[in-house]
Amino acid sequence: MPAARRVAVTVATTAAVVAVVIGGWELYRWIWISAGWTWPFVVDDTSMPHVRTIVQALFQHPTSGFGDILIVQLLHAALFTAKEAAVGFALGASIGFALGVFMSQWKILQRGLLPYVVASQTVPILAVAPIVVVYLGSLHVAAWFSVSVIAAYLTFFPVAINTLRGLLSTDRRAVELMRAIAASRWKILWKLRVPAALPYIFSALKVSATACVVGAIIGEAPSSIQEGLGGYIVNFNQYYTLSPQNLWATNVIADALGIAFFLVIVIAEKLVVTRAPEHVA
Amino acid sequence: MSVVEIEKLTKRFERGDVVALQDIDLAIEPGEFVSLIGPSGCGKSTLLRVIGDLIPPTSGTVTVNGKPAPRARADHDYGIVFQDAVLFDWRTVAKNVALPLEMLGWDRGRRKRRVDEMLALVELDGFGDHHPWQLSGGMQMRVAIARALAFSPSLLLMDEPFGALDEMTRERLNMELLRIWEASLSTVVFVTHSIAEAVFLSTRVVVMSPRPGRVANIVDIDLPYPRAAQAREDPRYFELVTRVREALHLGSDLDAVAR
Repeated sequence: MPAARRVAVTVATTAAVVAVVIGGWELYRWIWISAGWTWPFVVDDTSMPHVRTIVQALFQHPTSGFGDILIVQLLHAALFTAKEAAVGFALGASIGFALGVFMSQWKILQRGLLPYVVASQTVPILAVAPIVVVYLGSLHVAAWFSVSVIAAYLTFFPVAINTLRGLLSTDRRAVELMRAIAASRWKILWKLRVPAALPYIFSALKVSATACVVGAIIGEAPSSIQEGLGGYIVNFNQYYTLSPQNLWATNVIADALGIAFFLVIVIAEKLVVTRAPEHVA
Repeated sequence: MSVVEIEKLTKRFERGDVVALQDIDLAIEPGEFVSLIGPSGCGKSTLLRVIGDLIPPTSGTVTVNGKPAPRARADHDYGIVFQDAVLFDWRTVAKNVALPLEMLGWDRGRRKRRVDEMLALVELDGFGDHHPWQLSGGMQMRVAIARALAFSPSLLLMDEPFGALDEMTRERLNMELLRIWEASLSTVVFVTHSIAEAVFLSTRVVVMSPRPGRVANIVDIDLPYPRAAQAREDPRYFELVTRVREALHLGSDLDAVAR
């Protein structure tokens, strides 16, 4: 398929999906309100505001009179959160990759570290976040960096696990081939195992790309950071019954940020990974 | 000096307590084309891997070019080709062929010259920039052969390289392999389960029998080189095919008696 046509199809598909989501939201609202159904929850203007109301909220001043319109404020906040998330992603992905490599090369490390790597993810992030903030704060590290560390905490796990799995699932004969031509263990790692593991690593990076945005947003609350999307969410949460559309509008922007991170990884994968066509999708 | 000298070689796999090879003695001279043939489970692929130092023997010695096998491997004395081409999808054809040269630390210009020579040798000039998945199975196998021969190893190990190909492609690649072997002056150890292929290609056919894997017989193939496709119609060719076949059946009978 020619490139222009492919782009057109993608745009059309995306538009159709957005239309279906909006239509579905409004249809659900209409059916539940007119039938008076209360299961699983009561549908009214507070629980499910009109899509129109949410979009309008984006172009109004959230508090009467002062500051920019909401979308400008949210975009600034998104930029701030994006910085935290991007630094956290880079940090977490590097640590995750390094852990995966170490664990693949030394069985003893795999046996020793893997349980703790898994256990680290069973600790609620809300419990860890204040500790990170207080600890790093005492070292006079900028508050936003504490948030990055929290984002990294959610990022490294999928990368570590998938890197390990990818590095251990190298074609056995390809390894034999490398050994037959006297490739050292490190040559085998860099010239064979890592390139062969790239599809695994990239699927982890895609999971992490969205997780690090969530991590940054969650991390902002205990760090008392007001400039990011997390700050806005905490704030609008408190006034939810008065103006639910503001929280929904913030959600839309947060989603967009997560999708943007995801798309960056998809594009990077297209540029980096060369595979037979049937493997590309 | 023999290229390969195997003495009293035994390979026992701990798992399942299987004796894969027992008391193998075999010497392969420079420039020979030796086929290992036998029913599945006779240890022919295991023998190839022990020669290539990809798995260690349980007892006995393997000497390659006068050196222990691990030393020969470190010295890049081996080229190897498997049943599947095992090309790296993320590398172009040229870069796949260049892989062993990168291990040797050759610079870019020298690598490129050698890759061009090798691609010409296997008649794939102009395919250097393709990716492996863009080639047919037979072409992929030719790339694998070019890669194995890239640093002119003295010993080429081939593990059923044409087993996955159709008969037509297989016969054509047999011809090409003979031409490449004659041009490259290397010694070949070739694992196959095709009697016709073994007789057509080899200077000697080593017939193996299973449980435990051992050498049942060695048949000298005295068909003259260069061998053309007509060699397959030579009466002597049919006699030799029959001899190998009988040796194979005798090996299986021994097996039956042993049980």
